[in-house]
Amino acid sequence: MPGITREEVAHLARLARLELKAEELDHFAGQLDDIIGAVARVSEVADQDVPPTSHPLPLTNVMRPDEVRPSLTPQEALACAPAQEQQRFKVPQILGEE
Amino acid sequence: MTDLTRLTAADTAARIASGEVTAVEVTEAHLARIEAVDEKVHAFLHVDREGALAQARAVDEKRERGEELGPLAGVPLALKDIFTTKGMPTTVGSKILEGWIPPYDATLTQRLRDADVVVLGKTNMDEFAMGSSTENSAFGPTGNPWDLTRIPGGSGGGSSAALASFQAPLAIGTDTGGSIRQPAAVTGTVGVKPTYGAVSRYGMVAFSSSLDQGGPCARTVLDAALLHEAIAGHDPLDSTSIDQPVPAVVEAARNGDVRGMRVGVVKEFAGEGYQAGVMQRFNESVELLRELGAEVVELSCPSFDKALAAYYLIAPSECSSNLARFDAMRYGLRVGDDGTRSAEDVTALTRAEGFGPEVKRRIMLGTYALSSGYYDAYYGSAQKVRTLIKRDFDKAFEQVDVVVSPTTPTTAFPIGERADDPMAMYLADLCTIPSNLAGNAAMSLPCGLAPEDGLPVGLQIVAPAMADDRLYRVGAAVEAALTAKWGHPLLEEAPSL
Amino acid sequence: MTVTELVSYEDALAAYDPVMGLEVHVELGTKTKMFCGCATTLGAEPNSQTCPTCLGLPGSLPVVNATGVESAIKIGLALNCEIAEWCRFARKNYFYPDMPKNFQTSQYDEPIAYNGYLDVDVDGEVFRVEIERAHMEEDTGKSTHVGGATGRIHGASHSLLDYNRAGIPLIEIVTKPIVGAGDKAPEVAKAYVTELRELIKSLGVSEARMEMGQMRCDVNLSLRPQGADKFGTRSETKNVNSLRSVERAVRFEIQRHAAVLGAGGTIIQETRHFHEEDGSTTSGRVKEEAEDYRYFPEPDLVPVAPSRAWVEELRGGLPELPRVRRNRLREEWGLSRHEMQSVLNAGAIDLITATIDEGAPADQARKWWMGELARRANEDGVELAALPITPAQVARVCALVKEGSLNDKLARQTIEGVLAGEGGPDEVVTKRGLKVVSDEGALGTAVDEAIAANAAIADKIRGGKVAAAGALVGAVMKATRGQADAARVRELILEKLGVEG
Ligand SMILES: [Mg+2]
Ligand SMILES: [Zn+2]
Repeated sequence: MPGITREEVAHLARLARLELKAEELDHFAGQLDDIIGAVARVSEVADQDVPPTSHPLPLTNVMRPDEVRPSLTPQEALACAPAQEQQRFKVPQILGEE
Repeated sequence: MTDLTRLTAADTAARIASGEVTAVEVTEAHLARIEAVDEKVHAFLHVDREGALAQARAVDEKRERGEELGPLAGVPLALKDIFTTKGMPTTVGSKILEGWIPPYDATLTQRLRDADVVVLGKTNMDEFAMGSSTENSAFGPTGNPWDLTRIPGGSGGGSSAALASFQAPLAIGTDTGGSIRQPAAVTGTVGVKPTYGAVSRYGMVAFSSSLDQGGPCARTVLDAALLHEAIAGHDPLDSTSIDQPVPAVVEAARNGDVRGMRVGVVKEFAGEGYQAGVMQRFNESVELLRELGAEVVELSCPSFDKALAAYYLIAPSECSSNLARFDAMRYGLRVGDDGTRSAEDVTALTRAEGFGPEVKRRIMLGTYALSSGYYDAYYGSAQKVRTLIKRDFDKAFEQVDVVVSPTTPTTAFPIGERADDPMAMYLADLCTIPSNLAGNAAMSLPCGLAPEDGLPVGLQIVAPAMADDRLYRVGAAVEAALTAKWGHPLLEEAPSL
Repeated sequence: MTVTELVSYEDALAAYDPVMGLEVHVELGTKTKMFCGCATTLGAEPNSQTCPTCLGLPGSLPVVNATGVESAIKIGLALNCEIAEWCRFARKNYFYPDMPKNFQTSQYDEPIAYNGYLDVDVDGEVFRVEIERAHMEEDTGKSTHVGGATGRIHGASHSLLDYNRAGIPLIEIVTKPIVGAGDKAPEVAKAYVTELRELIKSLGVSEARMEMGQMRCDVNLSLRPQGADKFGTRSETKNVNSLRSVERAVRFEIQRHAAVLGAGGTIIQETRHFHEEDGSTTSGRVKEEAEDYRYFPEPDLVPVAPSRAWVEELRGGLPELPRVRRNRLREEWGLSRHEMQSVLNAGAIDLITATIDEGAPADQARKWWMGELARRANEDGVELAALPITPAQVARVCALVKEGSLNDKLARQTIEGVLAGEGGPDEVVTKRGLKVVSDEGALGTAVDEAIAANAAIADKIRGGKVAAAGALVGAVMKATRGQADAARVRELILEKLGVEG
C-alpha cells in the first residue's frame, strides 16, 4: 500500500468537514500512515472466498407498524438549536445547490 | 456505624427494603463521598444531587406505602455520559456537545428509572468512547483510584474509577472494543459486555454501531448480574435488539460453579507485549479453575491476530459516518458563525474545534477506509476478517463452554505514557476486541495484583452469544474462591484516598 | 448564465441519437416516516413532526416502517421487477444542512426491486422503458433561504430549516439508459413519467402529486453521433417537476448538447437546473471529482428479506394496472388510441369513469370532461380534478339533458353555475330558470310569431328549402332566450309550414 500523502489527508479532511491547520495535516499524515500500515494486513484475506460480516447478529426483517407516535414539541426540538428563527433552525448561508 | 459506600448493591438494596437504612441516607452517603474524593479522581462530569435525592425520596415513599421494591431500588449508580438523560447534560466527553440537554431519555436510562435505581450523575469518558485511558476526554483525565497518576482504563474510566473509589456501587459502561472490560481490569472491578443486542442502544450516543454494547459495571459479580437483568431485554426502538428472554444471569451469579465445565485457553492471547505479572495471575486463575473442577482445553484461534487491524478499520469507518451529524446546525457547539461564513465553513470550523485529536484521527481513518478505491481492501477485508473471527469462536465453542484470557496485556499505565502513540494505545484492547467483532458475551473480573507493580489484573471470560449466564456462573465461582483465598475483596487493598 | 445558441430540434436529431436516463423520486403516502413514528401530515407547523430520530439527535436509532417496505415491493411488482430475497439499507455519506444525520439512509448495491420495465404509449405505439431498480430511502428537510433576492440560495444571508419532511419515505425509481426513442425522446420521457404517476396512484401508495413535490424527476441526457455505440457525456437536470417540464427539459437538453457538440465542444458532466419560465436549463454544480459517498451497509438496521409468500400475496393483491385498465376502457368507450391518450393527458380517466358510474353515458361523460370542463381547467390553470364540480354533478347534468329538461346550451350554463358555486345542477337550473320551454302552447306562439316576422324565409321553406329552417329555429331560440328544445322547435316549424323533415 502506498504511503498516505499530505494532499490525501487534506482531501479526507474536506470530505469529513474538518478544517485542519497545516501542522495538523502533517501530524495526521504521519500517524495515519503508521496506522494504515499496521491495519493493512487485513487485506491478506482480500482474495479469500469469505463472506463479509457487517453485523454480528443474523437478524432480518425488523420492522414497525405504520403507526404514529408522539413527536417532540417544536420547542423541545429547537431547545438546543444554536440559533432559531420563525420556529425553524437558523443556519448560515448554504453554499452549493438548491 | 456501617460505611454505606462500602456495601455491595445487593446488600444495599436489601437494607433499604428492610427499612434498616433509607435510600436518602444511602444517596447522601455517596454524594458526600463524591464531594470528598472526586476532586482527586475526577470520575464524574456531572453530579445530579437534586435529582438523585428526589429519586431516593421516591423510593423511600414507595416503601412507606408498602409497595414492593425491585432488587436494586434505591441503589446509587454512576451513568456513563454517553447515554441520553432528559433534562441532564450529556456530553459524551466532547466539547462539541458541551451544554447539550437531551430532550429524551435513552432506553437504558428509562429502565434504570423504572428499576428505581438512583442516578448520581454522569461519568467521564474518552471523547465519544474512543480511547483506552479516558485521557481523550475534553474535560480532563480521570485518575485510577489504585494510583492517581495512572489511567483508570477507557473509554469508561469514569465509571470504573467511581466504583473503585466507592463513589457508587453500580455503574454503566459501554463496550465497543473493550471499554467496559479494560477499565474493570485495571481498576480491580467487574465489568460485563453482554451479547451484542442484549442491551438497547437507543439513546446511547453511537461510536461504532455494529460493535457498541452497553453493560453493567460493579464491584461484585452478583451486583453486575442484578444490574444486567435491570437493563437488558428487547427494545422495539433498537432494530438490532435481541427479541428473546434475557438469560438467567442473577441465578447464575448466585450459583457459581464450574464443575464439569470446559474452559478454553486461547494460545494467541499470550506472548510479546504481555506483562509477566499479568500472565502469572492469569495462569494461576486457570489453575484455580482446574482446581474448582473445570476441564481446561488449549485452543487456537488463528484469525485473532488480525482482530485489532479489522477493528481499527470497522470502528473508525462507522464512526466517521455516525459523527457526521455533529455539524453545528441543530444542537451543540457552533463556531465561527459571524454572518459572513457559509454553513459549510461553520461546520468545518466547529468540528475542528469541537473534536479532539483522537476523534479526528479516527474520522479521517474511517473516511479513508470507506472511500472509493480503498473500500474493498480495507473495509471489505475487515468484514471478511470479522467472519473468520466469528468462525474461530464458533469452533472454539464447539469444544468449550467458555474461553478465558487476560483482559488486558498490561496493568494500568501512567497517564500520558501512550498519549501520542495511537498504536501503543490500541494494544490495550488486544484481548477484548475479538468479542466485539463476533458479538458474543464477555466479562472481566479481578484475579489479583501484578507482583511487579501491585496493580490489579483482570481475568476475561468469554461466552457464546446469548449464553451470558455462563459468564456469571464462572465469574461467581472464581470470585468466591479468590475472595476466600485473599480473605477479603481485592478492592480492600486499594489505597484510601 | 451562459447563453447557448441552440441548434434546431430537427437538426439535432439528424446528427445525434439521444440517450436518456430518468430518476424519479416518489414520496410515499404512509402515515409515518420511514424510520420513526412521526406523522407525515402536509402543512403542519414547522418542526412539529420531528423526534430524536428524524432530527438525527445523538443516540437516536431508526426502525423500518413496514408499510414503506410493502409499498416499495408493490411498486417493484407493478414495474415488473424482481424483488430481492435479501437486501440492505446503506448509508450515503455527504454533508448538507437539510439532512440531519449528514448521511441519507438509502439503498446502494442491494435495491429491493430491480430489472423491470414499464410499457408506455407514445403516438399509438408501445414503447418499453426498462427499469434498472427501485429502492427505498428517506427525504430531507426543507430549507428556506432568507435575505436573497427571490428566496433563492444565492445571495441569501442565512437559511431556515424545517425538518418535518426529513425522513418521509421515498422510493427512487431509476430507468436503464433509454435508447431508441429518437425524435420521440421528449414524448417518451413525458409518457413514462405520466404512466409511472398513474401506476403509483393506482397502487394507492402515494398521491404522486408533482406540484406538491410528491413526485420529482431528474433527467439525465446524453447524445451520441448517429450510428455510434458509445454513450456521450450526460448532463443531469434536477427537479423537473411537471409532466410538461419533463418533455421540455429533454427537448432543451437535446438542442443544447447538439449545439455544444456541433461547435466542437465537449459536454461537462454536471447537474443542471430547469427553469419553468422559458424551459431552459442552466449549469448547477460541476462534478470535478466524482462524488465519493462512501456507501456502506447501515449498521443500525438489519437486512430486509421479504418472504416469497409475502411477495406473492402482494402480487395477488395488485389492482388492475393503469395501462391494462386504459385499454379496457378504451374499448368500452369506443375511443381511438389517440383519443384515449388525450383523456389520459388531461387527467380525465378517473373522472369520466366516476361519471359513468353515476349513470352517465360514456360519450356524454367524455364530452363534458374533455370539452367544456377541460377548457375551463386550462383557462384557470388547474388540474381537471381540482375543478369544483363532481362526477355525480356532471352525471346529473347528463341525465337532465337526456330527459329533455336541458338542451346543450342550457347544460353548459348549468355547469357554469355549478363551477361558480351556485349549487348543484338542479339548484342552478331552478335559480337561473334554465328549464327548456316545453309548453307546446307557448312554443307554438313563438313559432307563429317567427314565421310571421320572416315571411320570406317561410316561403323558401315551403318551397322545399328545408335547410333554411335553421334561421327560424334561431329566431325562436332567441325569443325564448335559448330555453327551448331546438329539435322540437324545428319539428314545429316544418309541421306548421307543411313540409316533411
Ligand atoms: Mg436517491
Ligand atoms: Zn421522527
